[in-house]
Amino acid sequence: MQLNSLTKHHANIEVAQNSDGTVTLTSVGDWTEDSIHSDIRPLDNIVAELHNTNVLWDMSAVSEVDSAGVMLFINYHDQLLTNNCAVSLIGITDKHKRLNTILRRHNVSKTTEKNTPQPQYFTSLFQSVGKATVSFITEIILFLSFLGESTLVFLRSLIHPSSIRYGAIVNNIGKAGVQALPIIALTSFLIGVVITYQGAVQLEKFGANIFIVEMISISVTRELAPLITAIVVAGRTGSSYTAQLGVMKITEEIDAMRTMGFDPHHFLVIPRVLALMIALPLLVFFADIIGIAAGMLISKLHLQLSFSEFIHRLQNVLEVKHVWIGLIKAPFFAALIATVSCFRGFQVELNTESIGRYTTTSVVNSIFLVIACDAIFSVVLTELGI
Amino acid sequence: MNNAVITVENVVTQFDENLVHDGVSLHINQGEIYGLLGGSGSGKSTLLREMIMLLQPDKGDITVLDVDVVHSSTAEKAWLRQQWGVLFQKGALFSSLTVAENIAISLKEYTDMPISLINDLVSMKIDMVGLPAYVAKLYPAELSGGMVKRASLARAIARDPKLLFLDEPSSGLDPVGAEKFDQLIVELRTMLDLTVVMVTHDLDSIFTTVDRLAVLGDNKVIVEGSLDEVAACNHSEIVAFFRGKRGQARMKHGK
Repeated sequence: MQLNSLTKHHANIEVAQNSDGTVTLTSVGDWTEDSIHSDIRPLDNIVAELHNTNVLWDMSAVSEVDSAGVMLFINYHDQLLTNNCAVSLIGITDKHKRLNTILRRHNVSKTTEKNTPQPQYFTSLFQSVGKATVSFITEIILFLSFLGESTLVFLRSLIHPSSIRYGAIVNNIGKAGVQALPIIALTSFLIGVVITYQGAVQLEKFGANIFIVEMISISVTRELAPLITAIVVAGRTGSSYTAQLGVMKITEEIDAMRTMGFDPHHFLVIPRVLALMIALPLLVFFADIIGIAAGMLISKLHLQLSFSEFIHRLQNVLEVKHVWIGLIKAPFFAALIATVSCFRGFQVELNTESIGRYTTTSVVNSIFLVIACDAIFSVVLTELGI
Repeated sequence: MNNAVITVENVVTQFDENLVHDGVSLHINQGEIYGLLGGSGSGKSTLLREMIMLLQPDKGDITVLDVDVVHSSTAEKAWLRQQWGVLFQKGALFSSLTVAENIAISLKEYTDMPISLINDLVSMKIDMVGLPAYVAKLYPAELSGGMVKRASLARAIARDPKLLFLDEPSSGLDPVGAEKFDQLIVELRTMLDLTVVMVTHDLDSIFTTVDRLAVLGDNKVIVEGSLDEVAACNHSEIVAFFRGKRGQARMKHGK
């Protein structure tokens, strides 16, 4: 019943030139939003070409009108009047009249769009580069001031250690550390498997199977475990920090905290940063063990290197400093991830779209910073000969 | 009963152990402003959500514009969704779109009208709900609470709906703003031939705006009818509502 209303006749106007010089316009079809289609455009030209004529406009064939139809009618009617045409209307329904009055009352005079001068192509390049540079510098300044505020709040809380939110820290360690164990275990196991397989093929060629132990243990503990763990944590915990704080900003919880005298840095940022700085080294140590265990398993299966041989060799070749270097990097990575993601969370604006945008930015930034920080460690430690 | 646009019959709704509706029946006539009243948790918002197909009742029938919202086909439901406008309590404007884009979105998606005509209609609707023209280019986050309500009302009436559902239209507005908003709804009803269903607590709205109303309580409709009929009822909740201090003060002034 009502469904057939979807297939309505297109709105249109038929133009007839009378012998006495007058023009008869006959509207046909339904003049409703479903039946006005963009192919009505040519009518604009027809109506625009009528000048100084007597126009008889017959609307009696129109079966249904709504605001859209009457709006279209008003547009054409006004154009005819500005073209000095004398318009007489017939067959206007009551509904049409009523809508006409309402629409005319609320029809805002065509807003004269301010024509902003179109930028030239080559200047637009400079413009976008300039804008990007300025926003990059502003971001850095904002980040530094955020970092400064957090540090200040942290130092102040050291004077009164009882004011530190230990409950929140423990809670965050649970979420960022304990709950991340399964995914860290899986990732580092697979990393161990991958490098053992790749190394085994090469070493077998030289009959140097036993060196697989050095290869796995040093690369995993010194570089791979910290890096992979930090990247997983940046994706998992960093994004959730940004989203949490972003939502709190949208729901004005952060403003509420400020008005109640709870410093959001003290209550939200510091516990998260500290929690991650405690949790990440532990996760890295866990990843070390799993990664080496995976290597040991694959060595046995693929290179026929028994577990006891592997462990004996491990004790001789893996210097403790490699493990320590891996573990020492972890708190730095954690601090970067946590501060960047909290900073991005505070940057969220009052619309839902920005949560997604800043969460993405936060993860990309943290991963980049973690890798950059790792590179600095590599260069410095190698130069120092460690 | 012939001109009923919405009929609700013996609706039962249960969320786990919590029984919300136990045989709720009411009908809403063409062209009236119908109020759904009740205390917190009486299920009035739930009933509204069932009418607009966001929730399904466990038992019973709801018919809107002759379409059974529980059992009808997908095509009929899609048709029905284009016949109404809904104003959510917090506006629910799409925050990534400007006000003008919010209002234009269903016109652009569902019709093939030329874009200039759509723009004309949008600026007309913005004016109709009493917003200044510059609001069109703003994002929802840049609007005040009252403006958000008006803008989302403009979005709700963008396609000349037959039915308008309002969830607590005057909540979050100052008394003057709320009164103006009520007037606006009455005006729009006359202008656009609307049938309006509103969930409300606001005593002023009930006295000045609503034609008929139903009071929900004890999982049922306690009473349905015009304001006088409802006020005459002796149920304790209605007595508390209409003959409490605020109600008495309001009754003295009448309409």
